[in-house]
Amino acid sequence: MDIENKEFKKLLETIHFIYGYDFTDYSEASLRRRIEHFMTHKKIDDLTLLGRMLAKDEQLFAEFVLEMSVTVTSMFRDPSFYKSIREHVVHRLATYPFIKIWIAGCATGQEVYSLAILLEEEGLLNRSVIYATDINQNSLQIAKEGVYSIDNLKEYTLNYQKSGGTKSFSEYYKAKYNHVMFDKSLKQNIVFSPHNLSVDQSFNEFQLIICRNVLIYFKQALQNKVFDLFYDSLCPFGFLGLGNKESLLFSDKKKHFDEIDKKEKIFMKKKYIS
Amino acid sequence: MNPKRKYGAIVIGVSAGGLNAVSFILKKLPADFQLPIIIIQHRNTDQRELLEDILQEKCKMKLKQADEKEKIKDGVIYIAPPDYHLLIENDFTFSLSSDARVKYSRPSIDLLFESASYVYRERLVGIILTGANNDGSDGIIRISKYGGETVAQNPEEAEFPFMPKAAIETGCVKHIFSLADIQKYLLKINQM
Repeated sequence: MDIENKEFKKLLETIHFIYGYDFTDYSEASLRRRIEHFMTHKKIDDLTLLGRMLAKDEQLFAEFVLEMSVTVTSMFRDPSFYKSIREHVVHRLATYPFIKIWIAGCATGQEVYSLAILLEEEGLLNRSVIYATDINQNSLQIAKEGVYSIDNLKEYTLNYQKSGGTKSFSEYYKAKYNHVMFDKSLKQNIVFSPHNLSVDQSFNEFQLIICRNVLIYFKQALQNKVFDLFYDSLCPFGFLGLGNKESLLFSDKKKHFDEIDKKEKIFMKKKYIS
Repeated sequence: MNPKRKYGAIVIGVSAGGLNAVSFILKKLPADFQLPIIIIQHRNTDQRELLEDILQEKCKMKLKQADEKEKIKDGVIYIAPPDYHLLIENDFTFSLSSDARVKYSRPSIDLLFESASYVYRERLVGIILTGANNDGSDGIIRISKYGGETVAQNPEEAEFPFMPKAAIETGCVKHIFSLADIQKYLLKINQM
């Protein structure tokens, strides 16, 4: 199936006009691939036809949005990132009586539970609140349940060990049939909620914001907008953790952050702007 | 990208047995080789830049890991980062994706080839080398459909024949070459 450029742009405009969802600031190559995938799955072989069907079928559009915004993740993805959080960030978080953390674009929640485990081991979980948000309601529902396929458990365990975990990983979940369920105590201080980074505003002030492998899906303009949002949502000396191929390098906000760990993409908001 | 040249970019997909095959091809390309070369080598996720360091030692052209939103420059060899899909945008920049593995692979050869053929059309050369799975075969079909050139390493010579064989079985591979011939071929198209 081929998606031609003109029709592609027209489709995005139609969607924006009718439903208010703006995908025009998303990286096109990924989006095009997801649309192709959706069309193959739905056996629709013409882009104009897809546009017409989406315009009059809200249910189909709901499915379309889910397919466009689904992301995959893993427990302790990039273990060295979590190790660096333990080494460079935790002792500074510990100085706050009450710790607020935002995981933006939490997908199916594996990284949320990873951070909860880390905070638990560092003795900080009981005075932390983690706000975990995503645009995709399906992903968010999976995140809330905290039940994952047992197939990935080996990878998760290995990642946990590499990340500097201090216990046995099996203490945190119960395995049943083909699934593992993470311990309820981890969830106590997690708030799951929908949030669309491209349109929604800041909703609190945080000491740590983690947003990994979300910005790669955005064009530069939207990336900058999101960096502004994060900047406004961090307290002075608050931390920002990005995915390992993401960077503040091209952002206007670059000079307002100090690099804490260059390799792991961990930054700290400066108190004063010089 | 120079619009006067016949080709705009070379994309290479390689898996098991790749290090030897890739370094064999790259080591004899001159420092002033014109076309950008973009390589997907299936690799271990936690060795972030090791492959780039090893390969740069062996070749004269500039070689680096592809960065998100980086502009593709002539005469540079780009390697896909571990654990991300590498895609090409309409404005000849790279984008990365963290989408699910395709054919158990991330980076996926198919995804690079498909996005590259969309952008470069008939000005793309796609090459499949040694490997033990069938990643890249759908990408080869797409390149061929857009009128680009398609090449597979001769499976008899490949350390792992399955991947070039799978590409050839699509019926969309134009040239089946030994590594030595692939190298000559690259030098030839660089002059076109």
